[in-house]
Amino acid sequence: MKQLRTSFALALAISVLAVACGPSSTPTPSGSGAISSEPFVMLSTQFNTVTESEAVRKQVLAGFTIANVDYLGSAAGPFTDRILAETKTSKGQVGVIGGVHGDFASFSDLTIFEDLTPLAQKLKDRGIAQEFMDLGKLGTSRQVYIPWMQATYIMGVNKQALQYLPSGVKEGDITYKQLKDWCKNIFDKTGQKRCGLPAGPMSLLHRLIQGYMYPAYTGGLVTTYKSADAVTMWQDLKDIWQYTNPVSLNTDFMQEALLSGQVWIGFDHVARLVDAFKQKPSDFVAVPAPKGPKGLYYMSVLAGLAIPKSSPNKAGAEAFIDYMTTPDVQGKTLNAVAFFPVLDKPLPSDLAAYLKVEADAVQAQSKAPDAKVALLPIGLGAKGGEFNKVQLDTFQRIVVKGEDIQKVLNEQAAILQTVMNDTKAPCWRPDPPSTGPCQVK
Amino acid sequence: MAVGARRAASFPAAIVRSEAALPLGLLAPTVIFLTLLILIPIAQAVLLSFQAADGSLGLNAYRKMFSDLAFVESFRNTILLLIAIVPIQMVLALAMALLIHSRFPGHGIFLYFFAIPLAISDLAAGIVWLSIFTDQGYLNTILTGLGIIKEPIAFLSVENLQWVFAAVVVAESWRATALVLVILLAGLQLIPREYFEAAELFGANRVKRTLLVVLPMLKPSLQSALIIRTIFAFNAFAVVLALAGKQLPVLGYEAYDWYYNLRDSNVAAAFATLILVMTILTTVVYLRVFRVREGELGK
Amino acid sequence: MTAAAPALRRRSLSRRVIVDRVLLYAVAVLLALWTLVPIYLIALAAFSERAAIYEFPKPLLPTRFSTDTMSFFVNSTGVLPSVRNSIIVALSTIMLGLLIGAPAGYALARFRFPGRDGFQVGVLISKMFPIAILSIPLAVTFIELGLYDNLIAVILVHTAMVLPFIVIVTSGVFLAVSRELEEAAQTLGTSRFGAFTRIALPLALPGLAAAAIFSFVTSWNEVFAATILTVRNTTLPAQVLASLNISPLYFRFAGGFFMIIPSLFFIFFMRKYLFNLWGPGR
Repeated sequence: MKQLRTSFALALAISVLAVACGPSSTPTPSGSGAISSEPFVMLSTQFNTVTESEAVRKQVLAGFTIANVDYLGSAAGPFTDRILAETKTSKGQVGVIGGVHGDFASFSDLTIFEDLTPLAQKLKDRGIAQEFMDLGKLGTSRQVYIPWMQATYIMGVNKQALQYLPSGVKEGDITYKQLKDWCKNIFDKTGQKRCGLPAGPMSLLHRLIQGYMYPAYTGGLVTTYKSADAVTMWQDLKDIWQYTNPVSLNTDFMQEALLSGQVWIGFDHVARLVDAFKQKPSDFVAVPAPKGPKGLYYMSVLAGLAIPKSSPNKAGAEAFIDYMTTPDVQGKTLNAVAFFPVLDKPLPSDLAAYLKVEADAVQAQSKAPDAKVALLPIGLGAKGGEFNKVQLDTFQRIVVKGEDIQKVLNEQAAILQTVMNDTKAPCWRPDPPSTGPCQVK
Repeated sequence: MAVGARRAASFPAAIVRSEAALPLGLLAPTVIFLTLLILIPIAQAVLLSFQAADGSLGLNAYRKMFSDLAFVESFRNTILLLIAIVPIQMVLALAMALLIHSRFPGHGIFLYFFAIPLAISDLAAGIVWLSIFTDQGYLNTILTGLGIIKEPIAFLSVENLQWVFAAVVVAESWRATALVLVILLAGLQLIPREYFEAAELFGANRVKRTLLVVLPMLKPSLQSALIIRTIFAFNAFAVVLALAGKQLPVLGYEAYDWYYNLRDSNVAAAFATLILVMTILTTVVYLRVFRVREGELGK
Repeated sequence: MTAAAPALRRRSLSRRVIVDRVLLYAVAVLLALWTLVPIYLIALAAFSERAAIYEFPKPLLPTRFSTDTMSFFVNSTGVLPSVRNSIIVALSTIMLGLLIGAPAGYALARFRFPGRDGFQVGVLISKMFPIAILSIPLAVTFIELGLYDNLIAVILVHTAMVLPFIVIVTSGVFLAVSRELEEAAQTLGTSRFGAFTRIALPLALPGLAAAAIFSFVTSWNEVFAATILTVRNTTLPAQVLASLNISPLYFRFAGGFFMIIPSLFFIFFMRKYLFNLWGPGR
């Protein structure tokens, strides 16, 4: 009993001392004029995995010498909450924010970010495509974020699958129907379902549906949600699912399923396939996404850097954004995390082999004759998650549960329309532009 | 505590008279803490469930919740998991506690073994059991190695939902039994030895002894354990998520998902309030069934 | 009290008792295997080569031993400082929780007073709401109070989370402690406080130890509040869990295993307090 008492007393003393003498959270104020070296935090929804965040810290951030930047990765929800909380104060910890377009679009009040138009002016000869810069305005007149990096979705294929290609089909130029035949072939000959879709709870399945499959079959997304073409698309997807490994429902990153051999053909984000090419380069090839009746639609995921109004070191943050968009650092970023540069310049010639594999597929995809870009949703604010949920629920009901396609589409389209009406968001590519909220036909 | 010393003289009479000052003094810090940090936020959250995004009152959030695709399933799954897991854990934990309580040589180290899962967060437990149940996991490795099956069984596939359910039950039982064990063990130690020995003397076998002597005396601990375990069962989702993804929706995950991913705090609050109500109902049942009256433990 | 027992036992050392013993050990070993094998497996996976994780059949013995993944994980930025923070928060939570909660449990067990049922209900309700949803409004409050990115905020929230458990367990345990023993001590001259510390507390120690273990583990594993309330001074789950969820499988094993090590030590340290050191029993 006495021993217990003394050990508790000791622990209490230690804790009190540690908390009292621990690192203080209020940074020292900086002077004006020259760029302050006050350290700040970079908050980002990207590079959350252990390897990615270490790579970013050691290979990318280490070269920025003006101030010490602490990298903090975060899931989307806490990311938003933290920014909202900090921007209510005058000086927070977060100096610069890195997120994909959708992360920024989820804020209903964009004035909490600094207007970076002067910085955009300064960087105008850097080679960032004007289209990206415009996206960075998020439909307003202010430059909310400066484009930082981009990514897209391709397919990773195990070389073992190539022998089962239907005759006359090339893996680099394939339609969804041919993909189904390919998967079926593998199943017939080996008895195994070797196709893979990232359908886990934290996967990006909704982006595949929004930016690839829907436009490829219907030429649109919201406007054509329950059209006859959409029914065809879901039917084909259902057919592909028959030969898809059910482990897909537990898989968020296709590289895992590819490396374990459970899946031979995996459709996923470039950063979620890269490990397969890195670890077993001789086993895999990268090919563009399949195409549909309306062409090869692909989604370009744009990430950007923004400065919150509560940034403790705004000049430093601007210098940081400048640093991150230099060709040299863009190349380092690509090497570190397989996100591609936003600069309109050729890729470095000393690119690592596994990155070249992906880069070639990305090039092939965007340069294909019938290639068209689909954009991430714009203007949905906080309802972005609900919008994605419509596609995910549609997938669950039609593909996993096997419900009647038209019935489900009608019901889900009604929910979709409610979301569009609530957010008053106009249509975005691939849908034709609209005045007023986008309407499901 | 000087209050206590002053009252020592009039002890027997004081017990019957309700001495409000001392108990209320002992309770005050807890009351203040919980009210400020938990109860008021809960009240705010419940209020949120009755509001729309613009703050106006209404049942929209509940309407949205009830019509959500996953609602019926998540409700049913949560209840089914509860019914499956809690009895298993109670039996296992009781067996472990009785074993340890008999103080056989080596009981100390066995207690440590049994208690180890306490240390494991539900997230880690999900990872552990995923590695066991997945198609290329340890269970399939062992089964094919022993020649019991030729092809790996897809325990976690959507095509075998009952296997998935069983996997979740196994994983959750494994993880949280230690909690019940530790509570029951503490309770067992307070049953005077005479009761055990008297039963032994009168020739009652182990099962009868347990049922007629031990269980009634263990009521307060059983009650605490049941309540706590049930509260966790209604709120937990990390293990289910790791093993079953979205194929086995549960209320806890829906509340979390609506808040963090779908950013609709009203609907999330509705789910959370539903969890609260169901937990209260089951707790009331436990409190009635396991009511321990003053002096009932007969000493 | 126990004098008759050894004599009884000596006389009845029959075959039935031996069979009994064997059965007992068999059950104990089975249950122990059930608890330990999964831990062994995750330790195995945490210390395996990366490639081994993707193989089937999986190696069941540590033939592909490697500390690469573990050391990469442990040495990644912020992990070790966050471990220190987690330990501080967890220990402080235990102490604050017991200090506030054990007396409340005692009061609940010993006294009848107006509002008793209401108090019990209030305590239980505090535990019934998903903490993930409560974290946000709490965080806003703490930020307004100037306690952002400070371990004290996390300690306060964790204490509030474990208080209901402490109160419930301690009241259950104190209820079963004989009131007469305390009364007897008091008629012999001790104060009520003396009776509490010298009679009731020692008997309730297993319950308190259980509450302490649970508080440690709850605080150690809590992720939602810790993530929202801290930026730089994070606890281990806040630092790591978001990344673990989406990291490759071998990291999830390494991280998952690393996270359970301190709890393993804590429970080892506390295990003897789970028994009565004196009082009823041998």
